[in-house]
Amino acid sequence: MAFRWKNTLTDNDVTPEHLFLNRRQVIGAAAAGLALTGIGASARAETLEPNEWDDITSYNNFYEFGTGKGDPAKHAHMLTTEPWSVEIDGMVDRPGAYAFEDIMKKMTVEERIYRFRCVERWAMVVPWNGFELADLLEMAGVQSSAKFVAFETALRPDEMPGVSRPVIEWPYVEGLRLDEAMHPLTIIATGIYGRDIPNQNGAPLRLVVPWKYGYKSIKSIVRITLTDTQPPTAWNKYSAREYGFYSNVNPQVDHPRWSQEYEQLIGQGLFAKKTPTRMFNGYEEEVAGLYEGMDLVKYH
Amino acid sequence: MGFVDRFNSAMRRVPAWTVYVGSVAYAGWVFFQGATGALGPNPVEAIEHAYGEAALYLLIAGLAVTPLRRFAKVNLLKFRRAIGLACFFFVTAHLLTWAVLDVQALDRVWADIVKRPYITVGMAAFVLLLPLAVTSNNLSVRRLGPKWRQLHRLAYPAAVLGAVHYVMLVKGWQVKPMVMLAIILVLLALRLPGIAKPRRARAAGGAQSRA
Repeated sequence: MAFRWKNTLTDNDVTPEHLFLNRRQVIGAAAAGLALTGIGASARAETLEPNEWDDITSYNNFYEFGTGKGDPAKHAHMLTTEPWSVEIDGMVDRPGAYAFEDIMKKMTVEERIYRFRCVERWAMVVPWNGFELADLLEMAGVQSSAKFVAFETALRPDEMPGVSRPVIEWPYVEGLRLDEAMHPLTIIATGIYGRDIPNQNGAPLRLVVPWKYGYKSIKSIVRITLTDTQPPTAWNKYSAREYGFYSNVNPQVDHPRWSQEYEQLIGQGLFAKKTPTRMFNGYEEEVAGLYEGMDLVKYH
Repeated sequence: MGFVDRFNSAMRRVPAWTVYVGSVAYAGWVFFQGATGALGPNPVEAIEHAYGEAALYLLIAGLAVTPLRRFAKVNLLKFRRAIGLACFFFVTAHLLTWAVLDVQALDRVWADIVKRPYITVGMAAFVLLLPLAVTSNNLSVRRLGPKWRQLHRLAYPAAVLGAVHYVMLVKGWQVKPMVMLAIILVLLALRLPGIAKPRRARAAGGAQSRA
């Protein structure tokens, strides 16, 4: 089920070949190469200019390593990502601990250049490498009774200096409706610019749901649970009024403390202009159907 | 000669204008770093936060002058006006950075002020500081007489509002803004009649205003 969606790429967007030549992303290189030849279901008539590597890897929200934007880049090296395994449990046919290497052997890694929109009103364009979450879930065998997917981030006080303080309730948890999780746009990222994803960006496996605010894209996942009830989510537990379960990017639904009408693309310097926020972060065509008839203010 | 006496006599040799020079130099340095990319990929946010925090630190410093004198005999009174004006300078710089570089449109600035509580609170602190900045000169002290001290007690609610503004804007339960608010509340509590010791009739250094 890989390659169900792709960007229209230009020469500028192609990741330099030498960046691909690293241990974990070798499969990704082959896959991205295929993607560039034009195999893929849909094409988008828009080109996105990705942010620079340094922007993407130095300006992060990963509160397990501190609340400052530079804290994750400073402290995330402490996180041990090898070995890594993900417990997939709940309503699946083949529950168990899946080792990172075993997952990577079965998954098809491709490049996805996505807009990334933080609830704090900043935005980036990130050239992710990853595989469709649907493929991983199918590996474990989703049972027909499952309606939601719950995710959990690693919680390691010895390796995460930020968790000694109850900024929010640890461990960080997130959730998606099953149809959102199975959507072709929803990926598990394992790389950026063809390199292993840095720890501060959520190594070795992080979710990317490009039409939702960034905090839905949970990092350093250790558990995925298929369930029939809507799972609790970290920021929603902190303030349900401010952070809904859906958290779709929506210029019409304000965060109670600030307007979401405009956003700031990161890396444009001191005098950069604000740009209007796009409905579903620009992925309306692809995902609006998931929410047909839903009150997007009530279910924000 | 004890440490405090030596400190006080050393401070006597430091002119108050160093506070102004230091503040303007720091503000300029932060802005320069932001413009040249040294503050990371979101320089507007970094400058806004740096100026806002500097204002809060100076509010705390200004509120600490009287308790330090009263309880520790440390005399920094001659710096207090400069600290207050430097604080106002950073609040203004913070506000301008927010309005011009961040929000970028007057209608949205106004919408935020009336609609977003943390901005309303921050704006209220700025408005309270405005008359204090205008009357921070010898002429106003003479003209207003005892009313000057009453007026300058507006620094107390302004400090609380400034810290509350910080507490309200962060995501999650963060320590730094709450510690700042706590310090300000303690500094204000030290002024309560039951806690502040009766004034000592000391001849030394400018005891005329202890607001």
